[in-house]
Amino acid sequence: MNPVNYLYLSALLFTIGASGVLIRRNAIVLFMCVELMLNAANLALVTFSRLHGNLDGQIIAFFTMVVAAAEVVVGLAIIVSIFRTRHSASVDDTNLMKL
Amino acid sequence: MNALIPVLVAAPLAGAALLLLGGRRLDAFGHWLGVVASTASFVAGAVLFFDMLGRSTADRPVHQHLFSWVPVGGFRADVGFQLDQLSITFVLLITGVGSLIHLYSVGYMAHDERRRRFFGYLNLFLAAMLLLVLADNYLLLYVGWEGVGLASYLLIGFWQHKPSAATAAKKAFLVNRVGDVGLSIAIMLMFTQFGSFAFGPVFGTAHTASEGKLTAIGLMLLLAACGKSAQVPLQSWLGDAMEGPTPVSALIHAATMVTAGVYLITRSAAIFNLAPDAQLVVVCVGAVTLMFGAIVGCAKDDIKKALAGSTMSQIGYMVLAAGLGPIGYAFAIMHLVTHGFFKAGLFLGAGSVMHGMDDEVNMRHYGGLRKYMPVTFVTFGLGYLAIIGFPGLSGFWSKDRIIEAAFAKGGTEGWILGGVALLGAAITAFYMTRVMIMTFFGEKRWQPNAEGHEPHPHESPSVMTLPMVVLAIGSVFAGGLFALNNAFLHWLEPITGHSEGNAPLGSLTISGLTLLCVAVGVAWSWAVYGRQPVPAVAPVGSALTRAARRDLLQDDFNHAVLVRPGEYLTRGLVYGDTKGLDGFVNGLAATIGGLSSRMRRMQNGFVRSYALSMFGGAAVLVATTLLMRSV
Repeated sequence: MNPVNYLYLSALLFTIGASGVLIRRNAIVLFMCVELMLNAANLALVTFSRLHGNLDGQIIAFFTMVVAAAEVVVGLAIIVSIFRTRHSASVDDTNLMKL
Repeated sequence: MNALIPVLVAAPLAGAALLLLGGRRLDAFGHWLGVVASTASFVAGAVLFFDMLGRSTADRPVHQHLFSWVPVGGFRADVGFQLDQLSITFVLLITGVGSLIHLYSVGYMAHDERRRRFFGYLNLFLAAMLLLVLADNYLLLYVGWEGVGLASYLLIGFWQHKPSAATAAKKAFLVNRVGDVGLSIAIMLMFTQFGSFAFGPVFGTAHTASEGKLTAIGLMLLLAACGKSAQVPLQSWLGDAMEGPTPVSALIHAATMVTAGVYLITRSAAIFNLAPDAQLVVVCVGAVTLMFGAIVGCAKDDIKKALAGSTMSQIGYMVLAAGLGPIGYAFAIMHLVTHGFFKAGLFLGAGSVMHGMDDEVNMRHYGGLRKYMPVTFVTFGLGYLAIIGFPGLSGFWSKDRIIEAAFAKGGTEGWILGGVALLGAAITAFYMTRVMIMTFFGEKRWQPNAEGHEPHPHESPSVMTLPMVVLAIGSVFAGGLFALNNAFLHWLEPITGHSEGNAPLGSLTISGLTLLCVAVGVAWSWAVYGRQPVPAVAPVGSALTRAARRDLLQDDFNHAVLVRPGEYLTRGLVYGDTKGLDGFVNGLAATIGGLSSRMRRMQNGFVRSYALSMFGGAAVLVATTLLMRSV
């Protein structure tokens, strides 16, 4: 199977994730969309690793997973604490950071 | 003996410091402290004078270096005194007339609650003026020059509650400033040319400089002299300066400070002698001012302003003589000294008249005062005879020699200058006779003052009449004493040099012509003011009279030529500043402010929109990278 197809899939997944981030309001869904984008990037990295015949891409993919895991921990903690104070997980409710 | 030289300056300076800083506890006796300080200076001057008389001519100038004022690398400004025949002449005039006027002021200012301050300023003036004439370099002279300007300002505006006095003080200060700029430029030119501004090096190496440079220095010195000595074109302040108390007019604006310009020119003889063009300008300024002051003096009804015009005119004589070079220097100083006596006496007399007439200054409201003020009448009369050049009195000897010197200039110039000086003598006789007749003769034209009190003229107290008597004696005998065997000429000759010139007329002929002119002036004045009653209200008069009453339109001229264009210039600059510069800066600020308040709306607080701008930015970045690669 032509490995370029994996790149198309990666681009499709990234686009789905990005549009999710832009249009959804629920913080949890938003978070999942961010994960989707990260994993799309991972897929692209692994594909390029295969295409070029070296392991750099696969190694970076592992790094990405570690960083993503750390990010999930911090992000979920923030979402939980926002939910506790505001009883809502909608990102549009937390719009105080403006002039 | 040289240790006495600093005392000359230190005594009045200490007096000024005590009186101005001492506070009210000195009110009771402060005025006598001022008199003592100035008399101490006079005594020191007299001791030094007799000491100098005892030495041979070559040993007479002494020099005392006090301390180095500004020693920086190759630059040195020293404080040192130079006492020679010229300085001691001035020292005696300043401290002598100064002490008499201090004494007079004790009586004249008796009812002024700020009398202590007045004496402090007078002492300050004496210290500055003595510093001016004793300095051994131009920088120290400049310090004294500014000091007398300050004292003059403070004293003209002494009655500062009168707006006219405050304005007159400011006017004098500003006009003097124009002249002072000339002096500072002259000092800078000297420094670049000779590397020094001490009298010794500058005069010793003056011949090495080009004539153009010397002419420039000379003209700048003349500008300074014009400012301080009220010569055309910087003459406009002297008439208004009469707003000051009368002793101030006598001391500063008649006898001493206004003659500083003549001192400056005479002291700088070594420079002027090598710059004939500058000398020609000096002579022209002197001749023009001589006529200018005389014409103004003829039209004024204010007794002090008439005398101020006369002062201007007499200093014109001195400047004229100083501009003639070695022919005239000694006579300029001689006239300066005799003028110091009789003009100070005339002013003190005028002050005495005002004192007796409830501060009335308009001569049309005087008349017939000789019976009521006999001492004032006699002393004023002797001063009057001296100034018009009555044979044998001071003014006769000194003015006659200046007229001779003017003729001795030679050629057409000599005839023109001599003619002007003769005409000036006639006009002097005219306006002084007018003052004399309007004040002391004729019928009474006394007017009640503002509160309706009829004036009761009375003789002034003896503390005031005594100085007038001493000055009158000086007015009578000083000139003859100086002229005896040419004593004054031989006294100053080692400093100023002397040459006879080539007079086209004999000295007796010129004396005769002068006397004829004076007689015509007196007769004409008597015909106008003596034979018929003087109107108490000034008649309209001819166009010339009206112009002369307005000081020959000098203020109008200054206003039209200098003040008005200056105002337009500043107004234009202010407009350019507010509209142009400020407009640009303010516009820039407003643009940025408006732009940022619009851009602020992008910060709406929604995470989504921030994410969108991040995506947009990333897309632009990627697109640019690809585009750059493909190119």
